[in-house]
Amino acid sequence: MLATAIIVFREVLEAALIVGIVMAASRGALRRGAWVGGGIAAGVLGAVGVAAAAGTIATMAQGVGQELFDAGILFAAVLMLGWHNVWMARHGRELAGHATRLGHDVRSGARPLWALGIVVTLAVLREGSETVLFLYGIALAGEGGVSSLVLGGVAGLALGVAVGIGIYWGLVSIPMRRLFTVTSWLVLLLAAGLASQGAAFLMQADLLPALGSNVWNTSFLLSDQSIVGKILHTLIGYTAQPAGVQVVFYVATLAVIGGLMRLLGPVAGKPGDRPGVESAVPGE
Amino acid sequence: MRRFGFAAALSAVIAVPALAADPQVLISIKDHQFMPSDVPVPAGLKVELIVKNDQAVTAEFESTVLHREKIVQAGGRISVFVGPLDPGTYEFFDDFNRATRGRLVVK
Repeated sequence: MLATAIIVFREVLEAALIVGIVMAASRGALRRGAWVGGGIAAGVLGAVGVAAAAGTIATMAQGVGQELFDAGILFAAVLMLGWHNVWMARHGRELAGHATRLGHDVRSGARPLWALGIVVTLAVLREGSETVLFLYGIALAGEGGVSSLVLGGVAGLALGVAVGIGIYWGLVSIPMRRLFTVTSWLVLLLAAGLASQGAAFLMQADLLPALGSNVWNTSFLLSDQSIVGKILHTLIGYTAQPAGVQVVFYVATLAVIGGLMRLLGPVAGKPGDRPGVESAVPGE
Repeated sequence: MRRFGFAAALSAVIAVPALAADPQVLISIKDHQFMPSDVPVPAGLKVELIVKNDQAVTAEFESTVLHREKIVQAGGRISVFVGPLDPGTYEFFDDFNRATRGRLVVK
């Protein structure tokens, strides 16, 4: 049961952290619960579908279907996160100019919440499908009994969700004025980390060169297989032994999204400063 | 479903000639152990690892140092290309059962 719980926890962790950040980043926006909840539901349904089709996916594209599928999901999420950040950089100040309660609500409803909803779906889909495959395998094999399987699965899921809620609470304890600066940095780093993971899958599929198989090795300090390492792996893309191409993708993603935020933002300055719109919300 | 399976099988057959040049190494997983657990691999060559899961449970073949992770369904097999590698040892494990470990011994 414990082994099952630990593996489910590890699989759920990344998705839970992403949902926590997305919830904080969309704080105060209209109907965000529906977008995020819908995103999770679509992700769970998709995960079951993907798990059922896993055998077919794996044999596609001359045996690298699994890699291409993972990379596609990761890069789509990067695109959505980037779109959200650039939109916030562009419209943040503009929203602040219309800070009446009504104007604010209507306008924040126009925020690209669909982009965040898709990010949630993709995160749940990717991690969820592996969880389903893992649990399904155990259930079929009858290893350890059904109650142990269910208990382990539920415990692992609950623990993962708890971490997601924890990061959400931590973030929303930040005053509204600063919150969106912090979340926009977090979203930026998250996107860069996911791009680096995506690059690893394209490298595995032999579509990208490694550019140095291990540029550095900090696994003696912090292994990315440990829980803390895994959390940092999701949050900022920490990798103990990155390949060169992963570093390239990480830096390029930071540069492109950060650059677009700066370029398209209405006022020059620190990119993270502009999304601080909702500071004008009454009662904050 | 049947047609997909057929198409997949067909594409697998078509893919074989293109990959034939790379040496293949078979690793199987059974009773939560890699067979062999020390896998001899030639240095300086691209090698196709064929990982076969002879268990009733799903496995995930993973190597941190080689940047490889791939699900291997119960009774299924996958192929993973590695290298060209320098001489040395490279660890890998089953991410769904971490006590299951092995290493490539590159010479």
